[in-house]
Amino acid sequence: MPPMLSSDATLSRRQRWLSVLAKAPADRLEALWRTLRATPSYTVLRRPEIGLVMLQGRISGSGAPFAAGEMTVTRAAVRLESGQMGVGYIGGRHPRQAEIVAAIDALGQLPEWQRQLEEQILTPLEQEAEARRRGRAAKAAATKVDFFTVAREAGT
Amino acid sequence: MYVAVKGGETAIAHSLELLADRRRGSRDLAELTLDQIDQQLALAVDRVMTEGSCYDRSLAALAIKQARGDLIEAIFLLRAYRTTLPRFGHSEPIDTSRMVAERRISSTFKDVPGGQVLGPTFDYTHRLLDFSLAANGERPAAPTAPVDATRDLPRVGDILEREGMLEPPPANVGGPTQDITRDPLTLPAERPVRLQNLARGDEGFLLALGYSTQRGYGNNHPFVGEIRFGAVPVSFVPEELGFPIEIAEIDVTECDMVNQFAGSHDVPPQFTRGYGLAFGHAERKAMAMALVDRALRAEELSEAVTSPAQDEEFVLAHSDNVEASGFVQHLKLPHYVDFQSELVIVRTLRAEVEARRQQTALDQAAE
Repeated sequence: MPPMLSSDATLSRRQRWLSVLAKAPADRLEALWRTLRATPSYTVLRRPEIGLVMLQGRISGSGAPFAAGEMTVTRAAVRLESGQMGVGYIGGRHPRQAEIVAAIDALGQLPEWQRQLEEQILTPLEQEAEARRRGRAAKAAATKVDFFTVAREAGT
Repeated sequence: MYVAVKGGETAIAHSLELLADRRRGSRDLAELTLDQIDQQLALAVDRVMTEGSCYDRSLAALAIKQARGDLIEAIFLLRAYRTTLPRFGHSEPIDTSRMVAERRISSTFKDVPGGQVLGPTFDYTHRLLDFSLAANGERPAAPTAPVDATRDLPRVGDILEREGMLEPPPANVGGPTQDITRDPLTLPAERPVRLQNLARGDEGFLLALGYSTQRGYGNNHPFVGEIRFGAVPVSFVPEELGFPIEIAEIDVTECDMVNQFAGSHDVPPQFTRGYGLAFGHAERKAMAMALVDRALRAEELSEAVTSPAQDEEFVLAHSDNVEASGFVQHLKLPHYVDFQSELVIVRTLRAEVEARRQQTALDQAAE
């Protein structure tokens, strides 16, 4: 496999897990993290820190961007003894979650951990997120309007 | 003149304790939790996040609890808190076409692709007080229906735009987006700056201005092209990573208003647009914002600027309820010295008038 392709694939995998972990409920992620056994120790490079990100909207949804208002964000960074650096950025104020995301991000860079993270953490979180999404969409779908036309008598 | 300005420390301390006591209310009742406020006063939370200009449901709930339900005070608390936090950067523009919509309506097309989805709305309630809520608010879960496999929810605006019937929104102008929390507002303001100001603006103020345009003070003949409410992902590029990740999913309300067309001898007529965006479910705010956004485009669209809603300086300088409430309420601060000086002036003037009156009376008696 050409190296470029390999790094692209790595990048998009990392992008996916960072997004799945960030959007997970904080307590659920912590519970799943606790099910992992013998996780290697790590050094905290950046203690969980709460800050703001300015959210941008677009004029009429698709035009020029504008500053729509901020949101709170928590970030953290850790390093494994083997050198892998993990980063966590999550919406909201959840210091513990940001650190766990960073730790999982670092672990995910070790090939021997990838399968376990996938099965024990990422797949369940994705399935739960999809179930929540479908649950909300199903209630909305029940409020979709079925129009019917009251036809007039023909020939008038 | 020396005027004592010290004193009142004990009275102030006791006032703060009385405030906390009144906030708690009767100790016979359970204390409100932040989760209860978040879940059961959700639209108050949405308003505080929108006008506080900070998306964080639990912070907004805390602010509402601390402010005893005074939403403008809660907005002030949230604005004050945000100034204590560092800024990590700005998100990628949120893409509302990727919304998992809980509500989506158009009043311009009945058969809009994706359908009219009413979602949770007060529109069809009869506005009769429901006394069953006073006894017991328990309700069964809402009914469900199969979800379409296609998640695509095309924008009504895009459909009209393709036909050339609707003006496209101004494209990305490049360069960083201006931010009035960083650089003070200057006039005339570009449309993105105006939209930031309106997004933070007081709902009541914008509602009244939007209403004024409908009543003829700068009318621009609006239709709701589309209102949608639901969850959108937030993408952010952390400096350490250099690639975007989704850091959250947030609820937003969007209103794309289709307005009176413009054209000329050479330019074929097109409908024009106004835009509104709010955090959470806040469609009255989003609609009012869209009406005012459109009204403020009067000069750009060569319309006569005759009404308050079209006056950029008037609207943008008075939309912020934290500023407005601060300036109105500062009148409660001691103005003893100012008032003393005015008293002296008025007393002097009154004495002068009295002296003139007596002099006139004397003159008349002498004649």
